Amino acid sequence: MALDKPYKDVPGTTIFDADQSRKGYHLNQFCMSLMKAENRARFKANERAYLDEWPMTEEQKQAVLARDLNRCIALGGNIYFLAKIGATDGKSFQQMAGSMTGMSEQEYRDMMVRGGRSIEGNRYAGEKK
Amino acid sequence: MATITASVYTSHVPAIGAAIDLGKTHEPYWAPMFAGYDPSRRWLKEHMPDVVFLVYNDHANAFSLDLIPTFAIGTAASFAIADEGWGPRPVPAVAGHPELASHIAQSVIQDDFDLTIVNRMDVDHGLTVPLSLMCGQPEAWPFRVIPFAVNVVQYPVPSGRRCFQLGQAIARAVASYDEPLEVQVWGTGGMSHQLQGPRAGLINREFDNAFLDRLIADPAGLAAMPHIDYVREAGSEGIELVMWLIARGAMADTAGGKAPRVAHRFYHVPASNTAVGHLILENPR
Repeated sequence: MALDKPYKDVPGTTIFDADQSRKGYHLNQFCMSLMKAENRARFKANERAYLDEWPMTEEQKQAVLARDLNRCIALGGNIYFLAKIGATDGKSFQQMAGSMTGMSEQEYRDMMVRGGRSIEGNRYAGEKK
Repeated sequence: MATITASVYTSHVPAIGAAIDLGKTHEPYWAPMFAGYDPSRRWLKEHMPDVVFLVYNDHANAFSLDLIPTFAIGTAASFAIADEGWGPRPVPAVAGHPELASHIAQSVIQDDFDLTIVNRMDVDHGLTVPLSLMCGQPEAWPFRVIPFAVNVVQYPVPSGRRCFQLGQAIARAVASYDEPLEVQVWGTGGMSHQLQGPRAGLINREFDNAFLDRLIADPAGLAAMPHIDYVREAGSEGIELVMWLIARGAMADTAGGKAPRVAHRFYHVPASNTAVGHLILENPR
């Protein structure tokens, strides 16, 4: 019998559950390795070669190279792990979060200063805004 | 015997730590948020505990995906500050209380809560930002700290009900410790925020303020709220709020005592991607 996953219909949201964690194990552990300065330096010197040291899928490697965080999350990445790539690139959490929304950095920052993204129209996928 | 005197609730946004460390607290973006903690720093000076039992979550710093403990209690004598990728925060190391921590672990495990015991662990912004907000920038933290890490990164996180009951068990454990220590329990994280996907930036003021109301007046009812309500209404990372229920469960009224006094309440949007909520509850003397 399938497990109940009531969070599947929350729009624009991927819940990092046991299935996602299993898919993303090596991707997230690669991210974790970037907590060490020497690894950040090796990654920056040759990203592709560094990624090839990890048993990640080609899709996961391409998503990292493109800094496509939505794709990384779809492939099992978790934002707290992916944040290590942002730290390596000198990006803030706000820049990383904003990059997933289709908004410019300034638009996203302005939205937050105005009180953030409204919950209205954002509870259920397909809901009318 | 040891006594729980108060509980403190606060968000633990990393950008708040960076604003403190880089001297930006008086900038127009940050000043209104830090002003909300001025009364808290005064309150703390008058209500200085011996030990803070600090409930927080690790953000892929001490724990990778190799080990994912649901509840982890730090029993070490000291805890180093984690390098989260930007370099460690320039704050003092955290002194633990191994004797009380071990006592609590033994008591609550026998009370059916299967904790993971951690004798070596670096602590990240989830623990240090609340300390900075409440204590400012001292050369050493003015009390000892028992770090208590909760998994809220990989779903499913523990239920609100389980967290609330764990808080009650922690209160029983503290009450059975012989030394006359004053203990505060802090619950951290939240409030509404989502850091991932096209819905990133979600804030829900109505949910947050109703959560604060119910945390004060109806914590047992609030503890019955299912995970999906947190995710849908407060964002995928808003589920950190279950940790506040551990601190609330440790207050006297959940075991037949008197209702707590609200010493301070504050709410502010935004700090980076997040709604900041803050509450101080005192147990009646």
